[in-house]
Amino acid sequence: MADLTKLTISEARNGLKNKEFTTVELTEAYLKKMDECRKLNAFVCEAPEKALEQARASQEKYNHNSAGDLEGIPLGIKDLFCTKGMATTACSNILKGFVPPYESTVTSKLLEAGAVFLGKLNLDEFAMGGSNETSAFGPVVNPWSKDVPLVAGGSSGGSAAAVAADMCAAATGTDTGGSIRQPSAYCGVTGMKPTYGRCSRYGIIAFASSLDQAGPIAKDVRDCAIMLKTMAGYDAKDSTSARENVPDFESFLGQDIKGMKVGIPAEYRVDALDEEVAAYWRKASEMLKSRGAEIVDISLPHTKYALATYYIVAPAEASSNLARYDGLRYGNRVDGAHLDDMYINSRTAGFGREVKRRIMMGTYVLSAGYYDAYYLKAQKVRRLIRDDFVKAFEKCDLILTPTAPTAAFPIGDKSMQDNPILMWLNDIFTVAVSLAGLPAMSLPVGLSSQGLPLGMQLIGRAFDEASIFKAAAGLEQDIAFRGIK
Amino acid sequence: MTGMIIEGKTAKWEIVCGLEIHCQIISKSKMFSGASTHYGSDANENVSFIDAGMPGMLPTLNEQCVRQAIKTGLGLNAKINKYSEFARKNYFYADLPQGYQISQFKYPIVGEGFVKIDLEDGSSKNIGIERLHIEQDAGKSIHDISPTKSFIDLNRAGVGLMEIVTKPDFRSPEEAGAFLRELRSIVRYLGTCDGNMDEGSMRCDVNVSVRKVGEEGFRTRNEMKNVNSVKFVMQAIESEARRHVETYENGGTIEQETRQFDPATGKTKVMRKKEFAHDYRYFPEPDLLPLVLDDAMIEEIKAEMVELPDAKKARFVHDLGLTPYDASVLCESRETAEWFEKAAYGHDAKKVANWMMGDFFAMLNEKKITLEESPISPENLGKLVDLITSNVINGKTAKDVFEIMAETGDSPDKIVEERGLKQVTDTAAIEAVIDEVIAANPDNVAAYRGGKVALMGWFVGQVMKASKGKANPGMVNELLKKKLS
Repeated sequence: MADLTKLTISEARNGLKNKEFTTVELTEAYLKKMDECRKLNAFVCEAPEKALEQARASQEKYNHNSAGDLEGIPLGIKDLFCTKGMATTACSNILKGFVPPYESTVTSKLLEAGAVFLGKLNLDEFAMGGSNETSAFGPVVNPWSKDVPLVAGGSSGGSAAAVAADMCAAATGTDTGGSIRQPSAYCGVTGMKPTYGRCSRYGIIAFASSLDQAGPIAKDVRDCAIMLKTMAGYDAKDSTSARENVPDFESFLGQDIKGMKVGIPAEYRVDALDEEVAAYWRKASEMLKSRGAEIVDISLPHTKYALATYYIVAPAEASSNLARYDGLRYGNRVDGAHLDDMYINSRTAGFGREVKRRIMMGTYVLSAGYYDAYYLKAQKVRRLIRDDFVKAFEKCDLILTPTAPTAAFPIGDKSMQDNPILMWLNDIFTVAVSLAGLPAMSLPVGLSSQGLPLGMQLIGRAFDEASIFKAAAGLEQDIAFRGIK
Repeated sequence: MTGMIIEGKTAKWEIVCGLEIHCQIISKSKMFSGASTHYGSDANENVSFIDAGMPGMLPTLNEQCVRQAIKTGLGLNAKINKYSEFARKNYFYADLPQGYQISQFKYPIVGEGFVKIDLEDGSSKNIGIERLHIEQDAGKSIHDISPTKSFIDLNRAGVGLMEIVTKPDFRSPEEAGAFLRELRSIVRYLGTCDGNMDEGSMRCDVNVSVRKVGEEGFRTRNEMKNVNSVKFVMQAIESEARRHVETYENGGTIEQETRQFDPATGKTKVMRKKEFAHDYRYFPEPDLLPLVLDDAMIEEIKAEMVELPDAKKARFVHDLGLTPYDASVLCESRETAEWFEKAAYGHDAKKVANWMMGDFFAMLNEKKITLEESPISPENLGKLVDLITSNVINGKTAKDVFEIMAETGDSPDKIVEERGLKQVTDTAAIEAVIDEVIAANPDNVAAYRGGKVALMGWFVGQVMKASKGKANPGMVNELLKKKLS
């Protein structure tokens, strides 16, 4: 039998429907792959028995022709999604051993559609990081690494690496400033951050509430469409989820993009942009052009403020969102003589450096006397950034940019460890989109001269994932990217 | 009425006081979760995952709490803000599971308004309302079960509160007392808060400063937290104001601080110095959308409004001829006012009011029963007054009839009829009794005629006694005068 883990979701579904193999065989193949690739450190919690149990139940559904959209498809779940009865830690010591008595809305929907959960995937602690190195479980190794272990990107590093290494058919991710798109680019897989409000945040451990958004990381564009259709939808339990109709995203694949206007923002030609990345950017726009799209120059004038704005807004919200981890009701407690000592001891032991840094920054920018200069100003700039996109979308239907300025870098890069701002610069192309709440996809566009994958980002209007899927499917066909052999 | 003046050694001082009142909103479930608000449940029985601040949990707004706040705002003659926002008030405490309280800050749901208060001397005054905002309550810390541990009850955590802030319009403890009673009766009329200060469903923070009579502006104020009865609020204002005056008169200064009123000593003491004041780092709550009200909803609530105590009072004074004092006593609770209206309808309202505030309330007190449990129906009290005004029975008999009504619940007509208590208004019959009394007391007749006119009362008594109380006292007086002269 061929390697079942190489199959996309749509291929696997067909195989299962046609009884070419069983759900149990499919799950077992992935469990075996997880075992072989354990050194990548992608999974932080494995649930083989539960997965096989789910797989057997799914096979019954196939036998009775009552299979759901994702029936028997083995998925990995970013460990930021609360999963009932399965440890959920946000890869933080403060939540070690926490087993939620409830299921997030997104994972409930996936389970209802018949998905099999293989386990929980590694991430930067509380999704704060761009290299997966802040995880309490240690960094994920990029499966494309050759001599030197490279980062998988972050924060959804485990998700991207697991999909790239065929350790799961697809994975859930979350994206606050680029956490789906950037690791997808580094690992040569396809990741979609939908419009803010598309997927319910209920049961997803909050980092920055006004930015966090769940989305899929998958082997191709079609699988992203299949996953997103199940994950998306209004949820009364999340007041910020949108009452928008969820279309069948798969139906946009293969649709013509003739006459579609694709914008190239001048401000994204930054100094830090790798020449190879720039070349692929031109190549991708040529491909879209030859499919009948019109390439237009656009301007997003406030782009240069995006990173600074993001690193005020996100930590501000995080400082408040993470206040609940106080050692009192769940998670790790380190006792102290008084309540305040217990807080200090628990949080000192429980949080890692990057998380502490962001809590401190967030607390600072919200403090009396600093609020107006930082948080309030950042909110105003955020509006300007959003307005930039609104104006740009008067001239175009889609925006094409690189996902990240470079390919994956080595784990433990000294300069970035010493200067967190260098690390944050990797988010330069993704944060503005997050601040504007827009949908964006990263798809692999080719390999660097070092043999490392590079990603392109397609950005759409709010709730117009459709245009992204149309263009991405065409681009994907033309690029014909091949995963790890 | 002018305010209270405190005579110092060097100057006359006036009190400047404002109140902040927390009113627990009457609603079945909490403000941001579906948990019950039932009072008196076992500890931690009414706690949802949201209330406990579990990871990934999100608040959703309970519309009932919003409606109650609008209703209360209308009752305070206040502006309803069609746009308001929730904000997080951040601080760490063991009974605050999220590490922040969801409140409103910059944009409250209700703006400026006023409440008219009636004072004992017959004057009235408008007290300005600064704002009303809605927020969630914290849980309860229990420190007296163990010497080394604290216990937390989260039943109250998340229960909806309205915080009503007045302008610094109070110039005496009496004004503050009158305001609290008026506010309590407004929220009770509206059914938005049960107003029980002893159970904590209405809690009051008191801000006090003083200034020399004629002085412009305000001096430093002190806040006293959680003063839990009208009486204590009044005591706290006076004792704090006197402390300020004494301090100033002795050349001292008042520092801004939070103080606590001790009912045992009647004095206030320091709770928290200014330098330990919290920096709450308010920022807009990203988990909830701004609250936008439509006109239809506000109109709907306006249509549901009941007649408020102030309007009822005015009507009782103008239409029914009650004194303002009687009207305010009867209007303090909606039930009493409605009972009174039923009793007074079509009868002599002033007499009904006297009966109600006199014998009727005394009867309820004596029997330790509530209005609803009264054996005397409002209709029967009205009939009793009718029997008096139409001279069927006299005042004395009426008291006896009332007693019987209180025992049996029978109608006064029936009692008068069955027991033959009808007043004697037949001149001949009364004259016959008078003749008998005169004949039996020749000495007193002689004394009266000799100038001891004070004996008239004694004669009236004798005649009434002989008639078994049924003679009309007016006629007895008149006829006696004639016969004795």
